[in-house]
Amino acid sequence: MIPELGTGALLVALTLALYGAVAAAVGARRGKAALVESAQHAALGVFVLVTACILLLVYAFLTFDFSVRYVATNTNLGTPFYYRITAVWGALEGSIVLWSWMLGLYTLIVVLRHRTSARELYPWVLTVMLSVISFFLLVMTVAAPVFARLSPVPGDGRGLNPLLEDSGMITHPVALYLGFTGFTVPFAFAVAALVTGRIGDFWITTTRRWTILAWYFLSLGLLIGGWWSYHVLGWGGYWAWDPVENAAFMPWLTGTAFLHSVMIQERRRMLRLWNLALVILTFSLTLFGTFLTRSGVIASVHAFTQGAIGVFFLSFLALVVLTALALIAWRWDDLGAQGALDSIVSRESAFLLNNVLLVAAAFTVFFGTVFPLLSEAARGVKVSVGAPFFNQVNVPLFLSLIFLMGVGPLIAWRRASLDNLKRNFVWPVAAGAVAALTLRVVGVRPVLAVTALALTVFVAATITVDLLRATRARRAVGERALTALGGLLLRHNRRYGGFVVHLAVLVVAVGVTGSQAWSVHTETTLQRGEQAELGGYRVRFDGLRESQESNHGKVTGTFTIVGGRGAGQVLEPAKKFYPQEQSPIAYVDYRLGFVDDIYLVLGDFARDGSSATVKFQVNRMVSWIWIGGLILTLGTILAVLPERRKAA
Amino acid sequence: MRRGWRWLLPLTAVPVLALLAYGFRVDPREIPSPLVGRPAAAFALTSFDGAAVDLAALRGKVVVLNFWASWCRPACYEEAPTLERGWRAYRDRGVVVLGVDIQDHDDAARTFIRDFRLSFANAPDRGGKVSVDYGVYGVPETFFIDRDGRIRVKHVGVVTDEIFRATVEPLLR
Repeated sequence: MIPELGTGALLVALTLALYGAVAAAVGARRGKAALVESAQHAALGVFVLVTACILLLVYAFLTFDFSVRYVATNTNLGTPFYYRITAVWGALEGSIVLWSWMLGLYTLIVVLRHRTSARELYPWVLTVMLSVISFFLLVMTVAAPVFARLSPVPGDGRGLNPLLEDSGMITHPVALYLGFTGFTVPFAFAVAALVTGRIGDFWITTTRRWTILAWYFLSLGLLIGGWWSYHVLGWGGYWAWDPVENAAFMPWLTGTAFLHSVMIQERRRMLRLWNLALVILTFSLTLFGTFLTRSGVIASVHAFTQGAIGVFFLSFLALVVLTALALIAWRWDDLGAQGALDSIVSRESAFLLNNVLLVAAAFTVFFGTVFPLLSEAARGVKVSVGAPFFNQVNVPLFLSLIFLMGVGPLIAWRRASLDNLKRNFVWPVAAGAVAALTLRVVGVRPVLAVTALALTVFVAATITVDLLRATRARRAVGERALTALGGLLLRHNRRYGGFVVHLAVLVVAVGVTGSQAWSVHTETTLQRGEQAELGGYRVRFDGLRESQESNHGKVTGTFTIVGGRGAGQVLEPAKKFYPQEQSPIAYVDYRLGFVDDIYLVLGDFARDGSSATVKFQVNRMVSWIWIGGLILTLGTILAVLPERRKAA
Repeated sequence: MRRGWRWLLPLTAVPVLALLAYGFRVDPREIPSPLVGRPAAAFALTSFDGAAVDLAALRGKVVVLNFWASWCRPACYEEAPTLERGWRAYRDRGVVVLGVDIQDHDDAARTFIRDFRLSFANAPDRGGKVSVDYGVYGVPETFFIDRDGRIRVKHVGVVTDEIFRATVEPLLR
């Protein structure tokens, strides 16, 4: 029953979306408001139907309806309740349903928010959004039919990929997809601007919040992905330059560039063409990311299915890129800059440089990711590009970006005078230099770590200098310090929201630097009662026990921290044996700390529990990365609050 | 840029798109098995029916050696009818289909064989020695062995009727 209902709903939704896309465009060209209005209704209908599909899927999972192939593949009778719901987006077909649902939701919000405020662009925005949804609905009905029937109906299903049985996997795809789909909105506005010829700043100011939110969700998705990788995969790291990680990172880089370059257009009327190109690139990269993860064209630890889906995505990607570039070519004459760069030492040029670096980073990541393909095409040789390449190329770029993060917000527009430079940068530069010296003196050896941390201090100092100065100005008119600071943040929320986000990036940077420079690990085999020592911690192996969980068997090791810091704490890393998997899944146990994480992974063991091999890691400052994520959230909230400045 | 030239702009994307399209022609997961071209490792097992299954005794026939398991859903379930059909269609032309069941419970495996009415020989690989010899990474994997006892093709994933026919035919020539 569910397969028929679901497929039916999808087909109706697809018809409605296609109709809406055409109706909005025709309505816009012929000036027929009634047609645009009917497209709106179609958008609402699509959203309702896709919501119904998700609910049907949830229902099928909860009731173990194995007549739905997708359910049989991704769950079994032992799958816990909680994961039966998240299994909805646990694999390809379901994630596309979730994706479409988010697009439908965004379309609805666009209808509600911009129906009247963006009258001329709006119908075309609707056309673009509904076209994108149509594509995803088409994928869902043809290439990856989520409601495909399985016959004969098996008595039990295969079960969810055990690695996905984790809370991080509930939120990570959701955040990532919210980010990916979020960039559809600025893209749709950009296309609408090109089609209507209203390529002024309107589309940019209108989509500012959309861009920030999409960027935020993408950042959050990346961070949660790192968290999942860190505490589930058991290799002790959070980022591996895997193609699938890169797939999400590339639009993040170009999206970050876009966030900054729109400010120059707003202030100085420059970079119109560049901004259009960036948003098109970002949106294309989100599609490319999906293509990469889902087509199986490039090998990845995220082993996903291969199939017709890749062809679909590539065709759509080609359609998007070629259409968008053709539109730019068509409007070429209108896209010239109105402002000009006055001086190299100015905020514009700092922002430009930031853009160049970010796009360069995106390019290197792209290059490294598709290089195996290029090599095979050109020379017929299979190669893989690993972390060393990406690190070597990207670390200098990122260090420069951190430096610019300090310079950009404070340097003057147009042309910075010597006075402006002195006023803003003497103290921060001094702070950075002192930090570098101090680090050397206390014995920090790695040059990279010293540079990164000194730059971080420099940027933090620029933010502090700016805040102090602004607060002092308000205190001069009689406000109390905290009130002054609070008022400042709220009244100039856009600027200071940006500062808080910068601060978050710094905190993440410290975490990355620290963990790369100071983490230690060892692997050792312990007899029961024996101890291992690492990085000032001692861990004793106390034995093993076996247990049977609802959908897997489990062997748990008990390790106690003895003596010194953290004494008495018990860690219980385990190995889980899922019947549907060939090899056991490691279950990591860890104690997170502000500076040190103690991290244990159980390796081989003797059946009788007399000995066990354990991977023992002391990871340093990794928590800062997650804390950075929290600060990022605060900064984003501040940045998207309605601006108070005008009211005040 | 001259007016006409700007229309070349979209073309800049073509090489990248072409490269990605090329990606469909190659399979990154297809790590060439070092076993292809080598003599197939000998083994002797006892089938679920109690009959002896000895690869060496099958020299002179084309052998389709399929590794499967009853827990391998849905792939093994999808290809089981194909293997049975292939066996029936080609048995008179000197093709033998052999199933090796790995990491499984006997009851579940017997149910599987009964449900699909498999008439070719299936044997449990106790201790997993055969699957280790063949470097089996996941199920299903199928090895096509020629009359001289050499592995000619390794297929990872579901075998379809089309693949079965297209792989076996040349080995019969």
